[in-house]
Amino acid sequence: MRILKSTKPQTDEWTQCLIRVKNDRDAQQFAMLFGHFAPRVKAFLMKSGASEALADDALQDAMVQVWNKAHLFDPTKASAATWIYTIVRNKQIDAIRKQRRPEPEDLPWATTSPVDPADIVEMSQQEQKLRSAIKSLPTDQRTMIEKAYLGELSHSEIADVTGLPLGTIKSRIRLGLERLRREMRLGKS
Amino acid sequence: MTSVNIRHHLPEAVVAAYAAGTLPEAFSLVVASHASMCDQCRATIQSYEAVGGAVLEQVDHATLSPDALAATMARISLGDGATAPMPAPERKTIFPKPLMSYVGGGPDRVKWRRVGGGVKQAILPCDGEATARLIYIPAGAAMPDHSHRGMELTMVLQGAFSDDGDRFQRGDVEMGDDSLWHIPVADPGEDCICLAATSAPLRFKGWVPRLLQPFFRI
Repeated sequence: MRILKSTKPQTDEWTQCLIRVKNDRDAQQFAMLFGHFAPRVKAFLMKSGASEALADDALQDAMVQVWNKAHLFDPTKASAATWIYTIVRNKQIDAIRKQRRPEPEDLPWATTSPVDPADIVEMSQQEQKLRSAIKSLPTDQRTMIEKAYLGELSHSEIADVTGLPLGTIKSRIRLGLERLRREMRLGKS
Repeated sequence: MTSVNIRHHLPEAVVAAYAAGTLPEAFSLVVASHASMCDQCRATIQSYEAVGGAVLEQVDHATLSPDALAATMARISLGDGATAPMPAPERKTIFPKPLMSYVGGGPDRVKWRRVGGGVKQAILPCDGEATARLIYIPAGAAMPDHSHRGMELTMVLQGAFSDDGDRFQRGDVEMGDDSLWHIPVADPGEDCICLAATSAPLRFKGWVPRLLQPFFRI
């Protein structure tokens, strides 16, 4: 049986799911998000050196934060996976490495102008392209990227990580920041 | 707090390590301070975070404890962590916000110690792998002789300095290593304040050479 797929570009399903958690505080949607991400988050934490007990604990902390901070999620800036990654990374630094994590000054994302849905779709598309690009890399290069993010770089090939095709994502984020700065200036005057 | 005049940005490998969460705290403080003023580097950080998102999507699945979701939902319904304290409105200083939280305020809160030649410094509390400090160089003065025993990432917060033909002003960062012998000199006219992260010499065999290899071609 063939399933006809719409060719219209779409936002990935987990980003849509997190948007519903954000807007509707929908526990069922959160449970779906949990079902998808929690086993990955736990694996990620254990690969970064946490014991199973610590990973179980940190995973719950991280997922509680996903719920509590959902209002800060900006789908024009990141996919659900990327946003959840930043929460898990910070949890790993804080709970497992016992260090502080300095973050850049927060920007007031809640601006007056409504979000253009096309920007959400576009960001999601770009991230999906990045994921396919990473998937199609030779295995050892892909392993190196994973190692870099799990804090176990053991070779000099960090260049493999810095050579990724990030140009389009970077320029989209840049555009978003420029628009935000413009609005902030307008808001002030 | 952005500056369009920034000409010296963070090395890409440093940004990647920051996004991956593997950079020592002192260096992360410089990265966060610079990105608070520089949208170009902020965007680069976020694009490397998208790589982290891809890694999270592609990592294996671990088996959860059977009550993991129920326990998480229980904590959510108890309001666990839901009442994040509203940050007190902070007055503007020359320090970017991440730095202010380490100093406990602006430049007037810094506990300077004299190190000679009118130069002052203050060590900031960071985890042991690397040291963060604020450096105060009087206008027109040179940094006292200091050898890089490891890597150093310096950001200008006030004034400007020149180093080996390059000029660094507010927001700019300079990356140095022990192959670089240099004497930064503050511009005349205004005292120069910098934030610097230095890797501890014992840790030199750790992440730093690997990380910077593609840049310095060591």
